[in-house]
Amino acid sequence: MEPTTKTETLDIEGMTCASCASFVEKSLTRTPGVQRAVVNFATEKATIDYLPTQASPATLKEAVVKAGYGVTERDPDTSAADRQAEIDQQKAVAYGKLKRRFWVAAGLAVLIMPLSMLMLWPALMQQMNMQVLNYGLLLLTLPVLLYSGREFYVSAWNGFRHRAANMDTLIAVGTGAAFLYSLAATVVPGWFTRQGIMPEVYYDTTATIIALILLGKLLELRAKTQTSAAIKALMGLQAKTARVVRPGGQEVDVPIEQVQLNDIILVRPGEKVATDGLIEEGHSAVDEAMLTGESLPVEKRGGDLVFGATLNKTGSFRFRVTKVGADTLLSQIVKLVEDAQGSRAPIQRLADKVSAVFVPTVVVIAILTFVLWFDLAPVESRLPLALVNFVAVLIIACPCALGLATPTAIMVSTGKGAEHGVLIRNAEALEKAHQVDTVLLDKTGTITRGEPAVTDFVPAPGQDAGALLQVVAAVERQSEHPLAAAVVRYAEAQEASVIAAAGFQAIEGKGAQAVVNSQPVLIGNFRLLEEAGISLPPAVRQAADALLAQAKTVLYVAVAGQAAGVIGVADTVRETSATAIKRLQAMGLEVVMMTGDTPQTAAQVAQQVGIARYFAEVLPADKAGKVKELQAEGRTVAMVGDGINDAPALAQADIGLAMGGGTDVAMEAAGITLMRSDLQGVVTAIDLSRQTIRTIKQNLFFAFIYNTLGIPIAAGLLYPFFGILLSPMLAAGAMALSSVSVLTNSLRLRGFSPLPS
Amino acid sequence: MDTTEIIVTLVGLALAAFVVWYFFLSARPTTSAVSSSGGVQQVDITVKGGYSPDVIEVERGKPVQLSFYRDEENSCSEELLLPDFSIRRDLPAFKTTLVELLPQQAGTFAFTCGMGMLRGRLVVK
Repeated sequence: MEPTTKTETLDIEGMTCASCASFVEKSLTRTPGVQRAVVNFATEKATIDYLPTQASPATLKEAVVKAGYGVTERDPDTSAADRQAEIDQQKAVAYGKLKRRFWVAAGLAVLIMPLSMLMLWPALMQQMNMQVLNYGLLLLTLPVLLYSGREFYVSAWNGFRHRAANMDTLIAVGTGAAFLYSLAATVVPGWFTRQGIMPEVYYDTTATIIALILLGKLLELRAKTQTSAAIKALMGLQAKTARVVRPGGQEVDVPIEQVQLNDIILVRPGEKVATDGLIEEGHSAVDEAMLTGESLPVEKRGGDLVFGATLNKTGSFRFRVTKVGADTLLSQIVKLVEDAQGSRAPIQRLADKVSAVFVPTVVVIAILTFVLWFDLAPVESRLPLALVNFVAVLIIACPCALGLATPTAIMVSTGKGAEHGVLIRNAEALEKAHQVDTVLLDKTGTITRGEPAVTDFVPAPGQDAGALLQVVAAVERQSEHPLAAAVVRYAEAQEASVIAAAGFQAIEGKGAQAVVNSQPVLIGNFRLLEEAGISLPPAVRQAADALLAQAKTVLYVAVAGQAAGVIGVADTVRETSATAIKRLQAMGLEVVMMTGDTPQTAAQVAQQVGIARYFAEVLPADKAGKVKELQAEGRTVAMVGDGINDAPALAQADIGLAMGGGTDVAMEAAGITLMRSDLQGVVTAIDLSRQTIRTIKQNLFFAFIYNTLGIPIAAGLLYPFFGILLSPMLAAGAMALSSVSVLTNSLRLRGFSPLPS
Repeated sequence: MDTTEIIVTLVGLALAAFVVWYFFLSARPTTSAVSSSGGVQQVDITVKGGYSPDVIEVERGKPVQLSFYRDEENSCSEELLLPDFSIRRDLPAFKTTLVELLPQQAGTFAFTCGMGMLRGRLVVK
């Protein structure tokens, strides 16, 4: 007898990615008695079938813990979205704290500054006790140092212990040196005067630098949250609940996490589709713009796929759930964008190398600056000059701008791409796309729709077109042939009324027959009519020949033993193809077409869309070879394709663009996936890539130029020639501005919008 | 050059030499991953002004699980990047964040903070 299995559902805690789920799954599967374990990352649930004689919920939990995760009692508060909310909340708290620290520093700096400048008015100074003033300034500076600037010192110390130096190290050493010098001048001014040095204090420098750097950080944090806004918006699109229709017909609203495969879900007008599935009943127009960038609603009926997060517009329908959680299209898009945002662009390599050695190098430069000024400046001013320049070098050299230059631009542009249905796999793909000079288009499915459509409907003389179409559609509705589907679509578009056909019979390799309006009807190729002994009147033959000359497929129709007309069927060019190709050419790219069709068909399509160069009769296996051929000409090739047989060519190309969501294989091989079946996406992808790389180059230029010019000026290189020294406070202002300007430049990409089609 | 200048110069050069040695040249301890019963290589990493340990040795082809405990609130370390594995993760303060990956190729792969200042290395053998 088959042993009875039990099913247990566990809420798993601590999973952060899809591979965590497979860790847990593996651990569970290896547990004795477990027959099947499925772990869903998105819903954070494990469903386990086990033999109660060998395993128990306790041993299952143990297996999860062994894998390094936890099991929680059912608690809806632990979903991935909630954890993101927790992180966001933590960030908001940190932002609030930073803001308070800034206002304390700014408020005190505003007091400290004028008090420090009293020396500019000798008359006032004479009435003031220097000693008292300095102690007063010290008291005002202490809260800035100990409260507002505390994090810099703690972080610098932690970093030092780990032999790591970051921007905080520079700020801590710089402001710390200025403060300690001032402290000494306040407490033991006599020592300074004995050395012939005025006991000057730099409390204003310390306080102002801290206030300015905090302001920079504040602006930076605000801008940084905007860079990931697109992905957050995508994640927020998911529906929270679904209306599940129970087998008894009862409708229940359940949280999205509880929706299971094969559930039937009802969607009413104006509602969000809860998850991915197949329509079983009803029809509607669905707005899929959030996933594909397609602005027009898409007509959906029985048998069509619907996707979670899309918006149902007009009708209501029921669909069967085919995917939940991490498997849904929305989750996959989010994952892909997240992966791209975590990747590094090759253009960043130099910046990476520089930032790895940057801080210690700057500290060394600052020390040498101090020594040189001390040795070369006049004795009475050498200590203050050495100190001021030492601090200025440390403060201006902050590498923030360098570190932010590439990642922020990539974050914004990958998010922006997703918004317009262009999914970028990684930063390298984004960078490659801008170097492209040749676009190779696979004809079928990219330039054309990739499915046959009726282009000509020619009734024989004396036949009524409307009536004939009704008859033809009645027969073809019963057929499963793709050509028949094209005829039915055409009839529906012409709004031909539906009539019944009887005795339908498909004739292998030739066509079909049925009885409509008690008359026998034949639809198929020439042989079908020939074998039935039906001859073609000259007008019909002529029409057929003309269609054949245009490389179209011809369907012959006979009603009641008489030839009644011909239908031309062809793969049609998309309306947007010619415009998109013209755009690509205007962008300076050569567009080349490749197809398995005859040279005649190829020439016709090429001419129709304005392509000068094409490869015809290319076998699927040779597609990658054609890419190589173009590359051998010294071209950087972008290949656009949509099918499994395009995968080798997509991989061979410098950058592959898989179209129409593509097949999984094509998506895997492509650097960029276009969610919409429209060449306009290629224009958008290349345009976005060009703008992003331009932004990154600007950012890197600013960051590098700022540091390469800023450090020597701060070190006092201009002083011997022009008497120019950089005040540490100006250095702090410039530093704060540098990262903010780089971020602002990256955020300009948010304004990207594809050229209208 | 007076005595003070000589002292300042010597101290300055010594400090500069120390900075170079301390940050660039000194040897760093390497930690090897511990394999769990499930065949997963596990490493605990504390994030506080840097990563400790910051050089981690793992074996190729076996899943790796890095648990990062961020022991500070300082914003510098709030993001973790493993660009070779396309991983960007927020590290909440005073919490452990698990990062899983499967190293397929031998080599040295950097992990850094969001701006590339704090650095560690994953050495795949």
